Amino acid sequence: MTLADGIPVRVKDEWPEAVGPVHCRTPHYIRGKHGMVVRHLGDFPDPGDIAFEREPVMRSLYHVAFPFRELWPEGSDDELVVEVYDHWLEPEHRA
Amino acid sequence: MTLAKVLEADSAKLFAAVSGILAERGLVSPQEIVERMASTDRASPALGAAMVARAWTDPGYAARLLKDGTAAAEEAGIMMLGMPPLGVLENTPDTHNVVVCTLCSCYPRAVLGYPPFWFKSTAYRARTARDPRGVLADWGTTIPADVRIRVVDSTADYRWMVLPMRPAGTEGWSAERLAGIVRASDMIGVTVPPAQDASASPS
Repeated sequence: MTLADGIPVRVKDEWPEAVGPVHCRTPHYIRGKHGMVVRHLGDFPDPGDIAFEREPVMRSLYHVAFPFRELWPEGSDDELVVEVYDHWLEPEHRA
Repeated sequence: MTLAKVLEADSAKLFAAVSGILAERGLVSPQEIVERMASTDRASPALGAAMVARAWTDPGYAARLLKDGTAAAEEAGIMMLGMPPLGVLENTPDTHNVVVCTLCSCYPRAVLGYPPFWFKSTAYRARTARDPRGVLADWGTTIPADVRIRVVDSTADYRWMVLPMRPAGTEGWSAERLAGIVRASDMIGVTVPPAQDASASPS
């Protein structure tokens, strides 16, 4: 999956740690939240595979920006940018 | 040996055992470990400060630094082999960057050295993602309300450092003198460099 700069995305609302042991680099506070791709940072081996000595799948890594008002009830005009692997992102089609 | 015993083992003996196995299997030589330890110990905020000062005085270097931090660090003589890629975040009149790692304590060690204790604290990690202006206020840093704060949560493969804005009142300073006012906290983004030499007493 290739995501262009500036496109809206949603982070999957998944909680793999509730199912079993995982090594997950997607912070809980962005799960299910709407953001925007800043840019593609490169492709990297999946840290979850490395942590469990599996042959790593290569994942595209994106810088994704979230407005504070999307993340926290008290919100603000500031923004938070997080590195997120592509298998956690779903492109969105907004009107 | 069980995991519990490994965790309780004498660290010097554990290091000797692991490095012995690595050498025996031809994966990492003792010489390479010594070199990497020396390189890690050499790294300090002075390296990042020199890069910042050079960017302030050389627009070509500033452009290269923002485009590819790893290559720009190597250009400054810093060994980046085997280190995570370095990204550089530019502070502008519109945007002020602050770096945090909410999951652990990822830190651009190659250019800033060991992370300070507060960067690793749960308080800094939790608050910066939610109330960055409150964290900055604790540092005595006020960012105007019309300047957007961009918190960069360092969660994966990159390591991030901030390129602060050159303070007014430093016109004509040499790169060496400029490097003297740039601190680790300025390159994490919780402070901004003061327009005065570190040796000068505050007025």
